[in-house]
Amino acid sequence: MLNTEKQSLGDKNGKTVASYRVLPGPEGLLPPAAACCGITLPLEGEGLVEGIIRSEQDTIEEMARQLLTRRNPTIFPGPLVLWAWKDGVTVKADCIMELANEIPGVRIIPMPDYRPIYPKIDPEAVINPCHPNLTIAHNKIEVCVFIGVHCHFANITLKMIRAGTNCYTITLCNEAGHEDSMASLPFCGTDKVEALTNAVRKLKAGGLRPYHADTPGIQLTVAQKAVAAGLKNGN
Amino acid sequence: MSLKTINCSPVFMPYMPKEYLDLINKGPFGKEMKLSQVGSVKELLEEHPMCEGCAMAYFIRMTLIAIPTPEHSVIVGTAGCGRLSLSQAAIPFVYGNYCDTNGVATGIKRGLALRFPEQHKDVIVMAGDGGLADIGFSQVMHSWFRKEKFATIMLDNEVYGNTGGQESGMTRKGEVVKMAPVGKQFEKIDMLSLARASGVAYIARLTITNPARIVNTIRKAILVAREIGPTYVQAYTSCNIEYTIPPEKVMDDARRVEQERYSFVEEMSDAAREYLEKVHNIK
Ligand SMILES: Cc1ncc(C[n+]2csc(CCOP(=O)(O)OP(=O)(O)O)c2C)c(N)n1
Ligand code: SF4
Repeated sequence: MLNTEKQSLGDKNGKTVASYRVLPGPEGLLPPAAACCGITLPLEGEGLVEGIIRSEQDTIEEMARQLLTRRNPTIFPGPLVLWAWKDGVTVKADCIMELANEIPGVRIIPMPDYRPIYPKIDPEAVINPCHPNLTIAHNKIEVCVFIGVHCHFANITLKMIRAGTNCYTITLCNEAGHEDSMASLPFCGTDKVEALTNAVRKLKAGGLRPYHADTPGIQLTVAQKAVAAGLKNGN
Repeated sequence: MSLKTINCSPVFMPYMPKEYLDLINKGPFGKEMKLSQVGSVKELLEEHPMCEGCAMAYFIRMTLIAIPTPEHSVIVGTAGCGRLSLSQAAIPFVYGNYCDTNGVATGIKRGLALRFPEQHKDVIVMAGDGGLADIGFSQVMHSWFRKEKFATIMLDNEVYGNTGGQESGMTRKGEVVKMAPVGKQFEKIDMLSLARASGVAYIARLTITNPARIVNTIRKAILVAREIGPTYVQAYTSCNIEYTIPPEKVMDDARRVEQERYSFVEEMSDAAREYLEKVHNIK
Protein backbone atom coordinates (compact mmCIF):
# COMPACT_ATOMS: atom_id res chain seq x y z
CA MET A 1 0.00 0.00 0.00
CA LEU A 2 1.33 3.43 -0.84
CA ASN A 3 1.96 5.58 2.17
CA THR A 4 -0.11 8.32 0.58
CA GLU A 5 -3.24 6.18 0.64
CA LYS A 6 -5.46 7.22 3.49
CA GLN A 7 -7.38 4.37 5.06
CA SER A 8 -8.47 3.40 8.50
CA LEU A 9 -8.46 -0.18 9.70
CA GLY A 10 -10.13 -1.52 12.84
CA ASP A 11 -7.93 -3.11 15.49
CA LYS A 12 -9.10 -6.07 17.60
CA ASN A 13 -10.79 -3.74 20.09
CA GLY A 14 -12.72 -2.07 17.33
CA LYS A 15 -10.59 1.10 17.59
CA THR A 16 -9.66 2.57 14.25
CA VAL A 17 -5.98 2.47 13.47
CA ALA A 18 -4.52 4.59 10.73
CA SER A 19 -3.05 2.68 7.83
CA TYR A 20 -1.02 5.69 6.74
CA ARG A 21 2.68 5.19 7.32
CA VAL A 22 5.21 7.97 7.79
CA LEU A 23 7.99 6.71 5.56
CA PRO A 24 10.96 8.33 3.85
CA GLY A 25 9.84 10.12 0.67
CA PRO A 26 9.90 11.62 -1.77
CA GLU A 27 6.17 11.58 -1.26
CA GLY A 28 5.50 14.37 -3.73
CA LEU A 29 4.35 17.92 -3.31
CA LEU A 30 2.16 18.61 -0.28
CA PRO A 31 2.08 15.32 1.62
CA PRO A 32 -0.74 15.23 4.14
CA ALA A 33 -0.02 16.11 7.76
CA ALA A 34 0.31 12.73 9.43
CA ALA A 35 -2.12 13.85 12.14
CA CYS A 36 -4.80 14.28 9.46
CA CYS A 37 -4.26 10.64 8.49
CA GLY A 38 -4.99 9.42 11.98
CA ILE A 39 -1.45 9.20 13.34
CA THR A 40 -1.46 10.11 17.02
CA LEU A 41 1.31 11.30 19.28
CA PRO A 42 3.04 8.99 21.76
CA LEU A 43 2.67 9.47 25.49
CA GLU A 44 5.45 9.65 28.06
CA GLY A 45 7.27 6.31 28.01
CA GLU A 46 6.33 5.69 24.38
CA GLY A 47 7.76 6.59 21.01
CA LEU A 48 6.55 6.76 17.43
CA VAL A 49 8.09 4.80 14.58
CA GLU A 50 6.78 5.37 11.07
CA GLY A 51 3.40 6.35 12.51
CA ILE A 52 3.02 3.45 14.92
CA ILE A 53 3.19 3.92 18.69
CA ARG A 54 5.98 1.79 20.11
CA SER A 55 7.68 1.51 23.47
CA GLU A 56 10.31 4.08 24.26
CA GLN A 57 13.01 1.40 24.22
CA ASP A 58 11.97 0.03 20.80
CA THR A 59 11.90 3.54 19.40
CA ILE A 60 15.37 4.33 20.70
CA GLU A 61 16.76 1.12 19.24
CA GLU A 62 15.19 1.82 15.86
CA MET A 63 16.62 5.34 15.86
CA ALA A 64 20.07 3.98 16.68
CA ARG A 65 19.85 1.43 13.86
CA GLN A 66 18.80 4.05 11.31
CA LEU A 67 21.56 6.43 12.38
CA LEU A 68 24.21 3.79 11.92
CA THR A 69 23.00 2.18 8.72
CA ARG A 70 21.95 5.06 6.50
CA ARG A 71 24.10 7.32 4.41
CA ASN A 72 25.39 10.69 5.63
CA PRO A 73 23.81 10.87 9.07
CA THR A 74 23.40 14.47 10.14
CA ILE A 75 22.33 16.18 13.34
CA PHE A 76 20.40 19.43 12.96
CA PRO A 77 20.54 21.29 16.28
CA GLY A 78 17.92 24.04 16.48
CA PRO A 79 17.90 27.34 18.35
CA LEU A 80 16.75 25.84 21.64
CA VAL A 81 20.03 23.93 22.00
CA LEU A 82 22.37 26.02 19.86
CA TRP A 83 21.94 29.11 21.97
CA ALA A 84 22.76 28.86 25.67
CA TRP A 85 19.70 30.89 26.53
CA LYS A 86 18.94 29.26 29.89
CA ASP A 87 20.50 26.99 32.46
CA GLY A 88 20.77 23.39 31.38
CA VAL A 89 21.10 24.02 27.65
CA THR A 90 24.83 23.48 27.54
CA VAL A 91 24.40 20.18 29.39
CA LYS A 92 21.98 19.01 26.73
CA ALA A 93 24.30 20.30 24.01
CA ASP A 94 27.12 18.24 25.52
CA CYS A 95 24.87 15.14 25.45
CA ILE A 96 24.11 15.74 21.77
CA MET A 97 27.83 15.92 21.04
CA GLU A 98 28.34 12.67 22.90
CA LEU A 99 25.74 11.08 20.64
CA ALA A 100 27.42 12.61 17.57
CA ASN A 101 30.76 11.21 18.61
CA GLU A 102 29.32 7.69 18.47
CA ILE A 103 28.01 7.95 14.90
CA PRO A 104 30.80 7.49 12.34
CA GLY A 105 30.80 10.10 9.58
CA VAL A 106 28.11 12.24 11.19
CA ARG A 107 27.80 15.90 10.36
CA ILE A 108 26.34 18.71 12.42
CA ILE A 109 24.55 21.40 10.45
CA PRO A 110 22.79 24.00 12.58
CA MET A 111 19.42 25.68 12.24
CA PRO A 112 20.32 28.83 14.20
CA ASP A 113 16.98 30.57 13.67
CA TYR A 114 13.97 30.62 11.39
CA ARG A 115 14.73 33.59 9.15
CA PRO A 116 13.72 32.90 5.57
CA ILE A 117 17.21 33.13 4.12
CA TYR A 118 16.95 34.57 0.59
CA PRO A 119 18.18 34.94 -2.06
CA LYS A 120 20.43 31.96 -1.35
CA ILE A 121 21.49 29.70 1.49
CA ASP A 122 24.74 27.87 1.86
CA PRO A 123 23.48 24.30 2.29
CA GLU A 124 26.75 23.22 3.86
CA ALA A 125 26.50 25.90 6.52
CA VAL A 126 22.86 25.89 7.58
CA ILE A 127 19.53 24.17 7.27
CA ASN A 128 16.64 26.58 6.91
CA PRO A 129 13.08 25.68 7.91
CA CYS A 130 11.69 27.36 4.81
CA HIS A 131 13.61 25.10 2.43
CA PRO A 132 15.23 22.26 4.42
CA ASN A 133 15.19 20.04 1.34
CA LEU A 134 18.02 22.12 -0.19
CA THR A 135 20.43 21.21 2.60
CA ILE A 136 19.32 17.58 2.62
CA ALA A 137 19.54 17.14 -1.14
CA HIS A 138 22.85 18.98 -1.50
CA ASN A 139 24.53 16.91 1.22
CA LYS A 140 22.78 13.65 0.22
CA ILE A 141 21.58 13.18 3.78
CA GLU A 142 19.58 9.98 4.22
CA VAL A 143 19.07 10.12 7.98
CA CYS A 144 18.88 13.12 10.25
CA VAL A 145 18.09 14.13 13.80
CA PHE A 146 16.22 17.29 14.69
CA ILE A 147 16.68 18.50 18.22
CA GLY A 148 15.97 21.89 19.75
CA VAL A 149 13.71 23.13 16.98
CA HIS A 150 10.45 24.81 18.05
CA CYS A 151 7.61 22.40 17.27
CA HIS A 152 5.65 24.55 14.81
CA PHE A 153 8.72 25.02 12.63
CA ALA A 154 9.74 21.38 12.99
CA ASN A 155 6.34 20.29 11.68
CA ILE A 156 6.61 22.38 8.53
CA THR A 157 10.18 21.29 7.97
CA LEU A 158 9.44 17.60 8.44
CA LYS A 159 6.64 17.68 5.90
CA MET A 160 8.85 19.41 3.36
CA ILE A 161 11.55 16.81 3.84
CA ARG A 162 9.06 13.97 3.42
CA ALA A 163 7.71 15.67 0.31
CA GLY A 164 10.96 16.09 -1.51
CA THR A 165 13.69 13.81 -0.19
CA ASN A 166 14.42 10.23 0.81
CA CYS A 167 15.72 11.26 4.23
CA TYR A 168 14.72 9.34 7.35
CA THR A 169 13.80 11.98 9.93
CA ILE A 170 14.28 11.49 13.66
CA THR A 171 12.93 13.98 16.18
CA LEU A 172 14.16 14.21 19.75
CA CYS A 173 11.43 16.50 21.00
CA ASN A 174 11.32 18.23 24.34
CA GLU A 175 7.55 18.44 24.09
CA ALA A 176 4.94 16.02 22.74
CA GLY A 177 6.80 14.57 19.74
CA HIS A 178 6.17 14.80 15.99
CA GLU A 179 3.86 12.65 13.90
CA ASP A 180 5.50 13.94 10.75
CA SER A 181 8.89 12.45 11.47
CA MET A 182 9.70 8.82 10.85
CA ALA A 183 10.82 8.25 14.43
CA SER A 184 9.99 10.49 17.35
CA LEU A 185 10.70 10.56 21.07
CA PRO A 186 8.57 12.91 23.13
CA PHE A 187 9.63 14.67 26.35
CA CYS A 188 13.21 14.03 25.35
CA GLY A 189 15.57 15.38 27.97
CA THR A 190 19.22 14.54 28.46
CA ASP A 191 18.37 11.09 29.88
CA LYS A 192 16.75 10.00 26.62
CA VAL A 193 19.54 11.46 24.49
CA GLU A 194 21.95 9.46 26.62
CA ALA A 195 19.80 6.34 26.19
CA LEU A 196 20.03 6.80 22.42
CA THR A 197 23.80 7.21 22.64
CA ASN A 198 24.00 3.99 24.64
CA ALA A 199 21.79 2.19 22.12
CA VAL A 200 24.17 3.27 19.34
CA ARG A 201 27.13 2.00 21.37
CA LYS A 202 25.36 -1.30 22.03
CA LEU A 203 24.58 -1.92 18.37
CA LYS A 204 28.18 -1.30 17.41
CA ALA A 205 29.42 -3.52 20.22
CA GLY A 206 26.99 -6.18 19.00
CA GLY A 207 28.76 -6.22 15.65
CA LEU A 208 26.70 -3.86 13.50
CA ARG A 209 29.01 -2.30 10.93
CA PRO A 210 28.08 1.36 10.48
CA TYR A 211 27.53 2.69 6.95
CA HIS A 212 30.47 5.06 7.43
CA ALA A 213 32.61 2.68 9.47
CA ASP A 214 35.70 3.87 7.62
CA THR A 215 35.05 7.54 8.37
CA PRO A 216 35.33 7.80 12.13
CA GLY A 217 34.32 10.92 14.00
CA ILE A 218 32.34 14.01 13.15
CA GLN A 219 32.90 15.35 9.63
CA LEU A 220 33.08 19.07 8.92
CA THR A 221 31.41 20.29 5.73
CA VAL A 222 33.48 22.33 3.28
CA ALA A 223 31.83 25.51 4.55
CA GLN A 224 32.62 24.62 8.15
CA LYS A 225 36.24 23.85 7.26
CA ALA A 226 36.48 27.22 5.55
CA VAL A 227 35.14 29.00 8.64
CA ALA A 228 37.58 27.08 10.81
CA ALA A 229 40.37 28.22 8.50
CA GLY A 230 39.24 31.84 8.88
CA LEU A 231 37.68 32.14 5.43
CA LYS A 232 34.24 33.54 4.68
CA ASN A 233 32.48 30.42 3.48
CA GLY A 234 32.89 27.38 1.37
CA ASN A 235 31.22 28.12 -1.93
CA MET B 1 16.76 37.63 30.49
CA SER B 2 20.03 38.90 29.25
CA LEU B 3 22.41 38.54 26.35
CA LYS B 4 22.26 34.77 26.89
CA THR B 5 20.04 34.44 23.83
CA ILE B 6 23.02 35.28 21.64
CA ASN B 7 25.53 33.04 23.42
CA CYS B 8 26.27 29.90 21.47
CA SER B 9 26.48 26.58 23.33
CA PRO B 10 30.29 26.16 23.32
CA VAL B 11 30.30 22.66 21.83
CA PHE B 12 28.42 23.90 18.75
CA MET B 13 30.71 26.84 18.02
CA PRO B 14 32.81 24.94 15.43
CA TYR B 15 29.65 24.27 13.40
CA MET B 16 28.16 27.75 13.48
CA PRO B 17 27.98 29.58 10.13
CA LYS B 18 30.24 32.58 9.71
CA GLU B 19 27.26 34.92 9.64
CA TYR B 20 26.26 33.91 13.16
CA LEU B 21 29.78 33.91 14.54
CA ASP B 22 30.05 37.48 13.28
CA LEU B 23 26.75 38.37 14.94
CA ILE B 24 28.03 36.92 18.21
CA ASN B 25 31.45 38.52 18.03
CA LYS B 26 30.82 41.74 16.14
CA GLY B 27 27.06 42.23 16.27
CA PRO B 28 25.21 45.19 17.76
CA PHE B 29 23.83 43.28 20.72
CA GLY B 30 24.40 44.75 24.16
CA LYS B 31 25.71 48.02 22.82
CA GLU B 32 24.18 51.02 21.13
CA MET B 33 25.45 51.18 17.59
CA LYS B 34 26.71 54.40 16.06
CA LEU B 35 26.36 55.26 12.41
CA SER B 36 30.11 55.78 12.21
CA GLN B 37 30.61 52.11 13.10
CA VAL B 38 28.97 50.88 9.91
CA GLY B 39 31.54 48.82 8.07
CA SER B 40 33.32 47.68 11.20
CA VAL B 41 30.46 45.88 12.91
CA LYS B 42 28.18 43.11 11.79
CA GLU B 43 24.83 44.65 10.91
CA LEU B 44 21.50 43.02 11.66
CA LEU B 45 20.69 42.88 7.98
CA GLU B 46 23.01 42.37 5.06
CA GLU B 47 21.58 40.33 2.22
CA HIS B 48 18.00 40.87 1.15
CA PRO B 49 15.90 40.35 -1.96
CA MET B 50 14.54 43.90 -2.42
CA CYS B 51 15.04 45.70 -5.75
CA GLU B 52 18.37 47.19 -6.67
CA GLY B 53 18.62 50.75 -5.40
CA CYS B 54 15.39 50.55 -3.40
CA ALA B 55 15.17 53.53 -1.05
CA MET B 56 13.08 51.49 1.37
CA ALA B 57 15.81 48.87 1.71
CA TYR B 58 18.32 51.62 2.52
CA PHE B 59 15.97 53.21 5.04
CA ILE B 60 15.39 49.86 6.73
CA ARG B 61 19.13 49.32 6.99
CA MET B 62 19.51 52.69 8.75
CA THR B 63 16.53 51.92 10.96
CA LEU B 64 18.04 48.67 12.12
CA ILE B 65 21.22 50.51 13.05
CA ALA B 66 19.12 52.89 15.13
CA ILE B 67 17.40 50.28 17.31
CA PRO B 68 18.78 50.97 20.79
CA THR B 69 18.60 47.43 22.19
CA PRO B 70 18.07 44.94 19.34
CA GLU B 71 18.31 42.00 21.75
CA HIS B 72 15.18 43.30 23.46
CA SER B 73 13.22 44.42 20.41
CA VAL B 74 10.54 42.92 18.23
CA ILE B 75 9.55 44.21 14.80
CA VAL B 76 6.01 43.79 13.56
CA GLY B 77 5.39 44.09 9.83
CA THR B 78 3.02 42.82 7.22
CA ALA B 79 2.63 42.17 3.51
CA GLY B 80 4.47 44.72 1.40
CA CYS B 81 8.03 45.13 0.24
CA GLY B 82 9.56 46.03 3.60
CA ARG B 83 8.95 42.63 5.14
CA LEU B 84 11.14 41.03 2.48
CA SER B 85 14.18 42.38 4.25
CA LEU B 86 12.76 42.87 7.75
CA SER B 87 12.02 39.17 8.02
CA GLN B 88 15.66 38.43 7.23
CA ALA B 89 17.15 40.70 9.87
CA ALA B 90 18.70 39.13 12.97
CA ILE B 91 15.89 40.40 15.15
CA PRO B 92 12.54 38.80 15.92
CA PHE B 93 10.04 39.69 13.22
CA VAL B 94 6.32 39.06 13.53
CA TYR B 95 4.30 39.05 10.35
CA GLY B 96 0.90 40.54 11.11
CA ASN B 97 -1.92 40.15 8.64
CA TYR B 98 -2.25 42.97 6.18
CA CYS B 99 -4.41 45.16 8.45
CA ASP B 100 -3.63 44.16 11.98
CA THR B 101 -0.02 45.19 12.62
CA ASN B 102 -0.96 47.64 15.36
CA GLY B 103 -3.33 45.21 17.04
CA VAL B 104 -0.65 42.52 16.98
CA ALA B 105 1.95 44.97 18.27
CA THR B 106 -0.40 45.94 21.09
CA GLY B 107 -0.69 42.35 22.22
CA ILE B 108 3.03 41.71 21.96
CA LYS B 109 3.95 44.88 23.82
CA ARG B 110 1.50 44.23 26.63
CA GLY B 111 2.45 40.56 26.85
CA LEU B 112 6.15 41.34 27.03
CA ALA B 113 5.53 43.95 29.71
CA LEU B 114 3.73 41.34 31.82
CA ARG B 115 6.30 38.63 31.20
CA PHE B 116 9.39 40.80 31.68
CA PRO B 117 8.44 43.53 34.15
CA GLU B 118 12.09 44.24 34.93
CA GLN B 119 13.24 44.56 31.33
CA HIS B 120 12.02 47.07 28.78
CA LYS B 121 11.09 45.46 25.49
CA ASP B 122 10.71 47.67 22.43
CA VAL B 123 8.08 46.87 19.83
CA ILE B 124 8.37 48.56 16.46
CA VAL B 125 5.76 48.42 13.71
CA MET B 126 7.26 48.95 10.28
CA ALA B 127 5.03 48.64 7.24
CA GLY B 128 4.04 50.30 4.01
CA ASP B 129 1.68 53.18 3.43
CA GLY B 130 -0.95 50.75 2.17
CA GLY B 131 -0.53 48.58 5.22
CA LEU B 132 -0.81 51.45 7.70
CA ALA B 133 -2.90 54.17 6.07
CA ASP B 134 -5.35 52.01 4.12
CA ILE B 135 -6.22 48.54 5.28
CA GLY B 136 -4.50 48.83 8.69
CA PHE B 137 -5.74 52.36 9.23
CA SER B 138 -8.29 51.73 11.95
CA GLN B 139 -5.86 49.62 13.97
CA VAL B 140 -3.21 52.32 13.71
CA MET B 141 -5.66 54.96 14.89
CA HIS B 142 -6.99 52.88 17.75
CA SER B 143 -3.52 52.02 18.97
CA TRP B 144 -2.87 55.75 19.10
CA PHE B 145 -6.17 56.48 20.85
CA ARG B 146 -5.33 53.82 23.42
CA LYS B 147 -1.86 55.34 23.82
CA GLU B 148 -0.11 52.03 23.20
CA LYS B 149 3.60 52.29 23.85
CA PHE B 150 5.21 51.29 20.60
CA ALA B 151 6.61 53.03 17.54
CA THR B 152 4.83 52.99 14.19
CA ILE B 153 7.09 53.61 11.21
CA MET B 154 5.49 54.10 7.83
CA LEU B 155 7.57 53.15 4.78
CA ASP B 156 5.80 55.65 2.55
CA ASN B 157 6.56 54.89 -1.08
CA GLU B 158 3.20 56.39 -2.05
CA VAL B 159 2.07 53.25 -3.82
CA TYR B 160 1.38 49.53 -3.35
CA GLY B 161 4.83 48.53 -4.52
CA ASN B 162 4.75 44.86 -3.72
CA THR B 163 1.65 44.15 -5.78
CA GLY B 164 2.65 46.04 -8.88
CA GLY B 165 1.55 49.62 -8.43
CA GLN B 166 -1.96 50.27 -7.17
CA GLU B 167 -2.61 53.69 -5.64
CA SER B 168 -2.78 54.01 -1.87
CA GLY B 169 -4.31 56.65 0.36
CA MET B 170 -0.81 58.14 0.58
CA THR B 171 -0.43 58.49 -3.19
CA ARG B 172 -0.61 62.13 -4.20
CA LYS B 173 -3.69 63.53 -5.91
CA GLY B 174 -3.48 63.28 -9.68
CA GLU B 175 -0.68 60.71 -9.66
CA VAL B 176 -1.02 57.93 -12.24
CA VAL B 177 0.66 54.73 -11.16
CA LYS B 178 1.05 51.55 -13.12
CA MET B 179 -2.13 49.85 -12.01
CA ALA B 180 -4.20 52.97 -11.39
CA PRO B 181 -4.52 54.53 -14.85
CA VAL B 182 -7.29 57.00 -14.02
CA GLY B 183 -5.10 58.88 -11.56
CA LYS B 184 -5.57 59.49 -7.87
CA GLN B 185 -8.85 61.35 -7.24
CA PHE B 186 -8.27 62.63 -3.71
CA GLU B 187 -5.52 64.13 -1.59
CA LYS B 188 -2.72 62.24 0.15
CA ILE B 189 -3.93 61.32 3.63
CA ASP B 190 -2.55 63.70 6.21
CA MET B 191 -1.33 61.12 8.71
CA LEU B 192 0.77 63.65 10.60
CA SER B 193 -2.33 65.67 11.52
CA LEU B 194 -4.16 62.52 12.49
CA ALA B 195 -1.24 61.55 14.73
CA ARG B 196 -1.29 65.01 16.27
CA ALA B 197 -5.02 64.88 16.90
CA SER B 198 -4.62 61.47 18.51
CA GLY B 199 -2.04 62.71 20.99
CA VAL B 200 0.90 60.77 19.60
CA ALA B 201 3.91 61.64 21.80
CA TYR B 202 6.54 61.90 19.07
CA ILE B 203 5.87 62.58 15.39
CA ALA B 204 8.43 62.85 12.61
CA ARG B 205 8.51 63.03 8.84
CA LEU B 206 11.67 62.57 6.85
CA THR B 207 13.28 61.28 3.68
CA ILE B 208 16.39 59.19 3.17
CA THR B 209 18.73 62.07 2.36
CA ASN B 210 20.45 62.25 5.74
CA PRO B 211 21.48 58.94 7.34
CA ALA B 212 22.38 60.51 10.71
CA ARG B 213 18.95 62.06 10.84
CA ILE B 214 17.30 58.73 10.13
CA VAL B 215 19.22 57.06 12.95
CA ASN B 216 18.51 59.86 15.44
CA THR B 217 14.85 60.11 14.56
CA ILE B 218 14.16 56.41 14.76
CA ARG B 219 16.07 56.07 18.01
CA LYS B 220 14.06 58.88 19.58
CA ALA B 221 10.81 57.38 18.36
CA ILE B 222 11.65 54.02 19.89
CA LEU B 223 12.83 55.49 23.20
CA VAL B 224 9.82 57.76 23.62
CA ALA B 225 7.49 54.84 22.88
CA ARG B 226 9.26 52.84 25.57
CA GLU B 227 8.11 55.12 28.40
CA ILE B 228 5.88 57.94 27.23
CA GLY B 229 3.38 56.88 24.57
CA PRO B 230 2.82 56.04 20.90
CA THR B 231 5.19 57.48 18.32
CA TYR B 232 4.92 57.85 14.56
CA VAL B 233 7.59 58.25 11.90
CA GLN B 234 6.65 58.70 8.27
CA ALA B 235 9.49 58.19 5.83
CA TYR B 236 9.48 58.90 2.12
CA THR B 237 11.05 55.76 0.69
CA SER B 238 10.43 56.03 -3.04
CA CYS B 239 9.64 52.97 -5.11
CA ASN B 240 11.99 53.12 -8.06
CA ILE B 241 10.10 50.40 -9.87
CA GLU B 242 6.59 51.82 -9.72
CA TYR B 243 7.68 55.45 -10.15
CA THR B 244 10.33 54.53 -12.72
CA ILE B 245 13.26 56.12 -10.91
CA PRO B 246 16.63 54.74 -12.06
CA PRO B 247 18.55 53.37 -9.04
CA GLU B 248 21.30 55.97 -9.39
CA LYS B 249 18.71 58.77 -9.27
CA VAL B 250 16.96 57.60 -6.10
CA MET B 251 18.89 59.97 -3.85
CA ASP B 252 18.36 62.91 -6.24
CA ASP B 253 14.65 62.17 -6.22
CA ALA B 254 14.63 62.09 -2.40
CA ARG B 255 16.43 65.45 -2.24
CA ARG B 256 13.97 67.02 -4.66
CA VAL B 257 10.92 65.61 -2.89
CA GLU B 258 12.30 66.73 0.47
CA GLN B 259 12.72 70.25 -0.84
CA GLU B 260 9.38 70.44 -2.56
CA ARG B 261 6.97 68.72 -0.22
CA TYR B 262 8.52 66.34 2.28
CA SER B 263 10.60 68.57 4.56
CA PHE B 264 11.83 67.25 7.89
CA VAL B 265 9.21 67.53 10.62
CA GLU B 266 9.77 66.65 14.23
CA GLU B 267 7.28 67.30 17.02
CA MET B 268 7.06 65.90 20.50
CA SER B 269 5.14 66.34 23.71
CA ASP B 270 6.75 68.08 26.67
CA ALA B 271 6.88 64.77 28.50
CA ALA B 272 8.69 63.18 25.58
CA ARG B 273 11.21 66.03 25.36
CA GLU B 274 11.89 65.92 29.07
CA TYR B 275 12.29 62.15 29.01
CA LEU B 276 14.74 62.23 26.11
CA GLU B 277 16.79 64.98 27.76
CA LYS B 278 16.80 63.67 31.29
CA VAL B 279 16.98 59.93 30.81
CA HIS B 280 18.84 59.62 27.53
CA ASN B 281 20.67 62.90 27.35
CA ILE B 282 19.29 63.48 23.85
CA LYS B 283 18.48 67.05 22.88
C1 LIG C 1 -5.70 41.30 3.59
C2 LIG C 1 -4.79 41.41 2.41
N1 LIG C 1 -5.20 42.10 1.31
C3 LIG C 1 -4.38 42.22 0.27
C4 LIG C 1 -3.13 41.67 0.29
C5 LIG C 1 -2.24 41.77 -0.93
N2 LIG C 1 -1.16 42.70 -0.73
C6 LIG C 1 0.09 42.27 -0.45
S1 LIG C 1 1.21 43.50 -0.39
C7 LIG C 1 0.01 44.63 -0.79
C8 LIG C 1 0.33 46.08 -0.98
C9 LIG C 1 1.46 46.56 -0.20
O1 LIG C 1 1.51 47.97 -0.28
P1 LIG C 1 2.14 48.78 0.88
O2 LIG C 1 1.56 48.39 2.18
O3 LIG C 1 2.06 50.22 0.52
O4 LIG C 1 3.65 48.29 0.89
P2 LIG C 1 4.76 48.38 -0.27
O5 LIG C 1 4.77 47.07 -0.95
O6 LIG C 1 4.44 49.51 -1.16
O7 LIG C 1 6.00 48.62 0.51
C10 LIG C 1 -1.23 44.04 -0.95
C11 LIG C 1 -2.47 44.73 -1.32
C12 LIG C 1 -2.75 40.95 1.44
N3 LIG C 1 -1.54 40.39 1.55
N4 LIG C 1 -3.59 40.84 2.48
S1 SF4 D 1 8.93 47.28 -5.76
FE1 SF4 D 1 9.58 49.32 -5.13
S2 SF4 D 1 9.42 49.41 -2.88
FE2 SF4 D 1 9.35 47.25 -3.54
S3 SF4 D 1 11.47 46.54 -3.36
FE3 SF4 D 1 11.17 47.21 -5.48
S4 SF4 D 1 11.78 49.38 -5.51
FE4 SF4 D 1 11.50 48.79 -3.37
